[in-house]
Amino acid sequence: MREPHDSAARPPRTPNRRGVRAARPPNPHSPGSACSCRRRRCLPTGPEGKNVEDFTGPRERSDLGFITFDITADLENIFDWNVKQLFLYLSAEYSTKNNALNQVVLWDKIVLRGDNPKLLLKDMKTKYFFFDDGNGLKGNRNVTLTLSWNVVPNAGILPLVTGSGHVSVPFPDTYEITKSY
Amino acid sequence: MSSGSGLQSLSADELQELYYQVLNFGMIVSSALMIWKGLMVITGSESPIVVVLSGSMEPAFHRGDLLFLTNRVEDPIRVGEIVVFRIEGREIPIVHRVLKIHEKQNGHIKFLTKGDNNAVDDRGLYKQGQHWLEKKDVVGRARGFVPYIGIVTILMNDYPKFKYAVLFLLGLFVLVHRE
Repeated sequence: MREPHDSAARPPRTPNRRGVRAARPPNPHSPGSACSCRRRRCLPTGPEGKNVEDFTGPRERSDLGFITFDITADLENIFDWNVKQLFLYLSAEYSTKNNALNQVVLWDKIVLRGDNPKLLLKDMKTKYFFFDDGNGLKGNRNVTLTLSWNVVPNAGILPLVTGSGHVSVPFPDTYEITKSY
Repeated sequence: MSSGSGLQSLSADELQELYYQVLNFGMIVSSALMIWKGLMVITGSESPIVVVLSGSMEPAFHRGDLLFLTNRVEDPIRVGEIVVFRIEGREIPIVHRVLKIHEKQNGHIKFLTKGDNNAVDDRGLYKQGQHWLEKKDVVGRARGFVPYIGIVTILMNDYPKFKYAVLFLLGLFVLVHRE
């Protein structure tokens, strides 16, 4: 079930490619800003948390987060003659009592040169289980989602670029026991 | 000018020529070693250049691609990076991507990896009972790459005759080449 999200939860992003002058970012607080064709946007909805045995690894009870999100992206200006593919990934970064820094990749996608550079993904579930190392997701207000990409050239340097604009996803104070995805 | 067997049967000129060739060869080998050691120091990695051996990172890297690694302590391990790591007790390093990290206040970090072309993460590859990798398992982070070139190393490994042929030709070239 989706909670209504307010406009503050969707800051538009600007292309952030090295060597290219970044476009002036649209005002992140203007509600329903017009869609310019050069931005990336990630809209998460209603994160929920559960506490289960981490069946993907160490069998301790850990927090498991559920997030659904939309991604709108135009990657066209990242591709040049030397770019073979892009490895796009959505990662969550947060801090807990157990660990000063946690980063979890929730979703990734390989975009090859020649594929459609415009992504319009809606109601996406996370590709990987969002398990915490411990119980640090419950009530965590500072989970930040970031879209980043690894540029794989035909030959040369392998840069890791982080998209500008982060979206904060606050987790509720209680566990969800009745429903799941 | 001299009599006798073996080296003594060569003239003084020829002997000097031979010494020169040996020193020349020695200098080439030493230079190569110095460059390699220098790379190890600059990059902080024990193996600054590696060859991709499997297809688990396709379509980015294929068997035979060459990767350039760094392993500087000041660069913290973050998700999305391509790391080359060794599992305890195994010799062959693996090239995969970091999927998850958990770092404590004191800098101790544990992380999980997955190959782009694999359906699941690497927990099945780790040692029995091991759920995470640590800094000590890392050989380096991939910073640059060149395709195809490393296929020579793979061929030399798989076909020893090819390796001997290459070494023989190299040796022949050095000896025959006169400055």
